[in-house]
Amino acid sequence: MNSGNHEDPAQDTSYRSWGNYPRAAHKKVLRPSWMDEITSATLKENAPLLAYGLGRSYGDSCLNDGGTLMDCRGLERILEFDVETGRIVCEAGVSLGEILLVAVPRGWFLPVTPGTKIVTLAGAIANDVHGKNHHVEGTIGCHVERFELVRSTGEAVICSRTENPELFAATIGGMGLTGIIPWAELRLKKIESSLIEMDTVAFNSFEDFTRLSSDEEGARYEYTVGWVDCLSGRKTRGIFMRGNHATTGGLHTHPEKIKLNVPFNLPGFTLNPLTIRAFNTLYYAMGKAKGGHSQVPYDPFFYPLDKVDNWNRIYGEGGFTQYQCVVPETEVAAFQEILERIAHGGQGSFLGVIKKFGSVPSPGMMSFPRPGLTLALDFPFRGEKTLRLFSELDEVVAAAKGALYPAKDPRMSPRMFRLSYPRLEEFRKYVDPALSSSFWRRVAEVGR
Amino acid sequence: MSEGLIILGATSKIAQEVGRVAARHGREVLLVARSMERAEAIAGDLRVRGASKVTVIAADLADVSTHPSLWEQIEADMPDAGEVLLAYGSLGDQERADHDIDYTLRELNTNFTSAVSLLSHAAEQFEGRKKGVLAVITSVAGDRARRSNYVYGTAKGALTLFAQGLRARLFTSGVRVLTIKPGPVDTPMTAHMKKGLLMATPQAVAAAIYREMEDGTADVIYVPGYWWLIMAIIKAIPEGVAKKLKF
Repeated sequence: MNSGNHEDPAQDTSYRSWGNYPRAAHKKVLRPSWMDEITSATLKENAPLLAYGLGRSYGDSCLNDGGTLMDCRGLERILEFDVETGRIVCEAGVSLGEILLVAVPRGWFLPVTPGTKIVTLAGAIANDVHGKNHHVEGTIGCHVERFELVRSTGEAVICSRTENPELFAATIGGMGLTGIIPWAELRLKKIESSLIEMDTVAFNSFEDFTRLSSDEEGARYEYTVGWVDCLSGRKTRGIFMRGNHATTGGLHTHPEKIKLNVPFNLPGFTLNPLTIRAFNTLYYAMGKAKGGHSQVPYDPFFYPLDKVDNWNRIYGEGGFTQYQCVVPETEVAAFQEILERIAHGGQGSFLGVIKKFGSVPSPGMMSFPRPGLTLALDFPFRGEKTLRLFSELDEVVAAAKGALYPAKDPRMSPRMFRLSYPRLEEFRKYVDPALSSSFWRRVAEVGR
Repeated sequence: MSEGLIILGATSKIAQEVGRVAARHGREVLLVARSMERAEAIAGDLRVRGASKVTVIAADLADVSTHPSLWEQIEADMPDAGEVLLAYGSLGDQERADHDIDYTLRELNTNFTSAVSLLSHAAEQFEGRKKGVLAVITSVAGDRARRSNYVYGTAKGALTLFAQGLRARLFTSGVRVLTIKPGPVDTPMTAHMKKGLLMATPQAVAAAIYREMEDGTADVIYVPGYWWLIMAIIKAIPEGVAKKLKF
C-alpha cells in the first residue's frame, strides 16, 4: 500500500473508517475472493480478526487496531435472484448499490436502505441498518431471510428465524463479532417504478415536525425524514421530506459511475458544505414553492451524497464524526434539549437528520433502532471540545433512557454502551472468541 | 453474436469480469475451472446478470492427460461455441523457480504446455467449422524476460509465439486468433504488488477484451493500450544494459 510510509511498514494503515477518526494500524489484512477461504481455521489463526466491507461505519466499529482485518469486498457475487419472489442471495461483500443494479430493472427494490448505497450487505446486517421507512418496515434485519455464519468455535452454520435463531438474533446488529458471514439472503420489495413521489414541507417549530411525523401522517408515506437546522437555536427550522414509490415512469437504475470525487483530505472546514448547500437549495426552493411535490429518481432521494465520491474528505485530516441517538417519544423535552445544547455548544452551526422510528421490532438483540425520535448530526472532530459536548449530550440521552449507535461512534463510554443495549450480557455469550474490533475492546472489554 | 463463449480458467478475475460483460449481452457461457464450488458461484452471478445459459465443467486445466475427454465434454455441452477465451495462468514465485527445477517445469506446463494443448483442441474444432474466435490472454511479461519474473515471462512469451503461428494456420479457415497482453491488473494475482498508476482495473481490462473479441479485427492487443509503448521501449533496451537492470 502506498500510504503511511513513515509508519511501521509491517502495519497496514490504509484501512480507515468513514470519519477518518480514530486511525488504526492492522498487523495483517486478508483479502478472500472466495467463500471457501473463510473457515474456522482462518478465524482462529488470525485472531483477533474483524471483517471489513466498504468502511462506511463512522468510528471504530469497522477497525481492529493491532489485529487482522478481513477485507470482504472480493466476495462480490450475486449467487441467486428469484425474480418471481424477490429473494436474492449474495456474497457478503456485494453492495446495496450493486443489488439495486440487478433488482430495479426487474421491478424490485431494497426493503430498507440507509442514506448511502455504498455499504456491503454483510455490513448492513452487522449494523442492522435503518432507513426512511423504519416506521413501516423496521430495520434491514426484518427482511433478512437467512445467512451462513462461520465461527472459530466450530463449523459453518446456517442462521435464520428457525435455524440457530439465537445466533441469527445476535448477528443482526452484532457488529461483526459473532462470526463471519460468507453469504446472506434478503427479501426485496416489489416496485412498479424506480421513481419516488416526493413531497417537501418546511417546518418552523418542533410541534410542526411532530405533527408531520405523527402516525396518521406517517401511514400515508412509506418514507419520511426531517432535516433540521441547529443554527436556528430555540426555533427549530427544517425541511420534512416524505415520499412513496411512484407507479409510473419505468424501471431505471442509477448511474454506475460516480462523476465527482474529493481526491484528498481538504484542510479543515467547519461543516460539510455539501450538506449545507443541499439544505439551502431545498429550503429556499420550498420557500418559493410552498412545499413542492415532485417525481424524482430513487438515487437523489435516498442517496444525495453518493454523488460525490469520498465526500468525507472535505472534513480534512482531523476527520469528523457523527452523533446519533434515539430517545423514547415520551421524552420530547430531552430531544429538544439536545438540539439546544448543540446550537449553543460553541461548535458552529449544524444540520441534522431527524426521524421518528416506528415500533416494528427487529430480530437483532443489539439493534439500535427502537420506538422514539432519532437525531444524527455530523461534527468535525475537534478533540476535547467535541468530546466535552458529546459527554453533555450523553447525560441527556441517558436520563431519557435513550441509546447511541455504534456504527456512528468513535467515543461512547462503556457505561453509555451498557445503558444503550440492555441485552449486552446475553449478547456476550455469542461473541466469537477469535473476533474483536477497536470499538468492542473500547466499550465492552474494559475491566473484564 | 449469439454463439456461445467458452471460458477456460473461469475463476481468474479478468475472466470473471469478461463473463459479466458477456452476461449483460445475454450470451450463453461455458465455464471451465478447477473448483466446481467457485465456478458455481460465478455461474450464479452471470445468470443473475443476464446470461441466457451458464454451464460449468470442473477440470484441472494443467493436467493435459485429461484434455481429450475434457474437450469432448465441452463440445457436447456447447456444440455451437463461437468463441474461446483462454484466461488461466500462474504468476508463480521467481525466487523459488530460481532453484527448484521441478517447480519451474510445472509453471511452464501451467502457463504454456497445457495452454498449447487446449488451443490445439479448440483449433481442431473451429477449423472444421471455418469460423470463430480464439482469444488467448498472455502478458506484457512475455515481451521481454526480466530478472524478477522470467519463468512466467518465458511461458507467456512462448504462448504468444504459439498463438502467432496458430493465427497463420487458422487465418485461411476464417478463424481469428486474438492475442491479449494485459499489463498488471489489480487482481488477487497481484495483491502483493504496489498499486501504482499503471495498475489497471479488471473491469476496464475485461471491457476492452470483450469489445475487441466482438467488434475488433486486431491480431494482438495490449490492455490498456499504452502498454504497447512501454513494452516497445523496454524491448529496445540493449541486452548489455538490460541484464544489469533489477526489474
